[in-house]
Amino acid sequence: MNKPVALEMKKVSKYFGTLAANKDVDLTVYRGEILAILGENGCGKTTLMNMIAGIYYPDHGTIAVDGQEVVIRSPKDAFRHGIGMIHQHFKLVDLFTAAENIVLGVDSEEKFNIRDVNRRVQEIADKYGFRIDPKKKIYEMSVSEKQTVEILKVLYRGADILILDEPSAVLTPQETDKLFDILRRMRADGKSILIITHKLHEVLSISDRVAVLRKGEHVATVETAQTNESQLTEMMVGKKVELNIDRPEPKNVTDRLEIKHLSMTDAEGVKILDDVSFTARSGEILGIAGIAGSGQKELLESIAGLCHPIEGEILYHNPKNDTTENLRDKDPVAIRELGVRLSFVPEDRLGMGLVGNMDLVDNMMLRSYRKGHSMFVDRKKPGDLAKKIVEELEVSTPSTHTPVRRLSGGNVQKVLVGREIAAAPTVLMAAYPVRGLDINSSYTIYGLLTKQKEQGVSVIFVGEDLDVLVELCDRILVICGGRVTGILDGRKTTKEEIGLLMTKAERADAPELTEKEGN
Amino acid sequence: MKKPNNTSLHEPAFHIVKRDTIPLGKAMLIRVAAVAAALLLCSVLSVLLINANPFEFIETLIDGAVGSARRLWKLAKDSAVLLCISLAVTPAFRMRFWNIGAEGQTLIGALAAVAVAFYLGGSLPNTVLLVLMLLAAVLAGAVWGCIPAIFKALWKTNETLFTLMMNYVATGLVSFFLVIWTPSGSSVLGALSVGHLPIVFHEYFLLIAITLILTFVVHIYLSRTKQGYEISVVGESENTARYIGIGVGKVIIRTMIVSGAICGLAGFLIVGALDHSITTTTVGGLGFTAIMASWLAKFNPIVMIGSSAFITFLDQGSAQISTNFNIDSSFPDMVVGIVLFFIIGCEFFISYRLKFRDSDQNAKKGGAGK
Repeated sequence: MNKPVALEMKKVSKYFGTLAANKDVDLTVYRGEILAILGENGCGKTTLMNMIAGIYYPDHGTIAVDGQEVVIRSPKDAFRHGIGMIHQHFKLVDLFTAAENIVLGVDSEEKFNIRDVNRRVQEIADKYGFRIDPKKKIYEMSVSEKQTVEILKVLYRGADILILDEPSAVLTPQETDKLFDILRRMRADGKSILIITHKLHEVLSISDRVAVLRKGEHVATVETAQTNESQLTEMMVGKKVELNIDRPEPKNVTDRLEIKHLSMTDAEGVKILDDVSFTARSGEILGIAGIAGSGQKELLESIAGLCHPIEGEILYHNPKNDTTENLRDKDPVAIRELGVRLSFVPEDRLGMGLVGNMDLVDNMMLRSYRKGHSMFVDRKKPGDLAKKIVEELEVSTPSTHTPVRRLSGGNVQKVLVGREIAAAPTVLMAAYPVRGLDINSSYTIYGLLTKQKEQGVSVIFVGEDLDVLVELCDRILVICGGRVTGILDGRKTTKEEIGLLMTKAERADAPELTEKEGN
Repeated sequence: MKKPNNTSLHEPAFHIVKRDTIPLGKAMLIRVAAVAAALLLCSVLSVLLINANPFEFIETLIDGAVGSARRLWKLAKDSAVLLCISLAVTPAFRMRFWNIGAEGQTLIGALAAVAVAFYLGGSLPNTVLLVLMLLAAVLAGAVWGCIPAIFKALWKTNETLFTLMMNYVATGLVSFFLVIWTPSGSSVLGALSVGHLPIVFHEYFLLIAITLILTFVVHIYLSRTKQGYEISVVGESENTARYIGIGVGKVIIRTMIVSGAICGLAGFLIVGALDHSITTTTVGGLGFTAIMASWLAKFNPIVMIGSSAFITFLDQGSAQISTNFNIDSSFPDMVVGIVLFFIIGCEFFISYRLKFRDSDQNAKKGGAGK
């Protein structure tokens, strides 16, 4: 390497309690390169980056910028050394314009002049090819525009080491491509870019080098050109992994759940679901694809009886007695009393599906505690169920009396999915069930869903990884801005096709226009 | 390069690290150390204020609290009343419903009990009268508790402000009735001759026994019943409660009825077993002290026996100090305040750990040496 070194970490460690989030990590970043930080969830990627960005302070080790050892105690210190981080969750003031958000918190000797700021923001944007209006308010922006503002915020402060935490998680494939073009332009300009990700194909397409972390330790840094997906996976997981999802042909397909013209509004009267119609069938996995926040959550919650639509029907065809029930406007208890066996793995596991501070047994009880006329709860059956799930799904936990928040993401999800499957559902809805899970756990979950499908359950799977959706699902419903933009055959479609439908309403890059159309 | 690399290169003197878990023994040790440190500070203060030596201070404190059979009974009695009100606020707190209106709920219960005795006393046998007093007190407390709950359940009003304001309404009502009941205009109601709880063993025994039984009932209610389970779920996460079909509003109202009813019971006990009368300060701030007792016990009814006794112990012991050494009666408040400050403050050290620069480097050296 003849490029100058921008940043060097030596023997950096960070502990949370006894858990080593990072242990003796050495990392070198050069000027004018894109370095991917690859690793499974919970391997310490974000912690490591947070130490560079001044969010955490390392327990041991040193960080040097441009060959000089530095102490980074706060994000402000980080900016002084030219380091800026773009977090996964945006930190923007909704009522401010892009430029106002960008300039917020900048110490400056000169008199503040918003016109100068607007001009400078526009200059930076033009230089790297961002498409942005500095005067636009944040609440009018799409997710990708908000991300642009976050990146500009960092560039405006003169950062030349940029850290991006899973930037593509909220973007469509097309938007991701655009972002990557911009990152390449920044690299050409001599900036160093660290990009955190767990998506292998992204690593291969964007980075110059890949640093792989596993369980808080730095496994190796390799040249991207000299590696491939399976080698990287092996480094991430520590052993060889088969990355194939089994997709048996659906059998005995009958209509199970029929959604007709479903519409819903939020508290402000804005339509979140707009005339949604589709059918979920037994023995198949119906995937739901869409940018985060396109109405997936509301759709599942209205089927589960947690929120109430303003129009439409949710028809359930009961296979037991061949009757049809309308589930609309019924609460979860009423739905269960109708004999509808609906299981739901919500997106927010510890905030909705489970109670973090309760142990496994009490969490098992959530579904069943009402049974019986006694005023006392029976902890025996839930206890047995907890033991069974721990055994069958190989949940790693000290005991069934451990609060679930102490378990890792994958184990939490196994507990939740296990409980929902134990109810012998006829419809199983799962929202982002593998979010935050490591590769092995993810494939366990895919396996569980497929097994349910084979047993004749109608599975509805809301996913974000399009590669997985096209491999796992029999049919894929694409949703955009609360509207169904397409229902595709999972065996024939491509993720590009899905990506286009995901932004159908926003095509031609004119979101303002679409909003007016929507009203 | 534009970067000012010359800026301070020294590490911060210490930084704060969150603990993962802490063994129970160690956590207890930290708490004991906190109490010891607090008492040390108090005795230093006592040296400065009253010129007593620290041993004298501790000795008087203990003597004042448990020095004689009478003091021991008084300690038990005061602890029991505090415990009863602490038990009352606990179901609400477990639900994360910050009921700071126990003062008013207890007072209104006491008022209802006195009212029954005042109007029906003499015309009914004592047992019937006592039952009616109990029912009236429990009902009044429940109503007082459920009003803010209904508003919270239906319109999401802030329960803290609401329950607090209800305290003043209760105080106002007591003043109003005192004026009506005392034609002389003195507003001081003499001790009622009827509606006294029978004396078993000792004048305080029944009160203490009832409270202890109640402690176990509340403990079982919270940990073993379906309703108690629902309270925990709603407290931990309203979304989870919705997800499994628990009516959150219903649970809030029901729990506050329970909470208010126990306050009402406390009011009845104060009237029937102790005061046989009422003033606007009958509860005397115990409704607020109970919040502390409940928190210190981490909302566990059994542990609450200890926390109520401890607070009462400090209060009574330091009252003795202010009597013996002839200093202002606010001294007990100072002692209780200092001790509580230390106990609450030490929770920080239970959740977090300070890592000092030196120990850091030593650790590094030690690590390298091995």
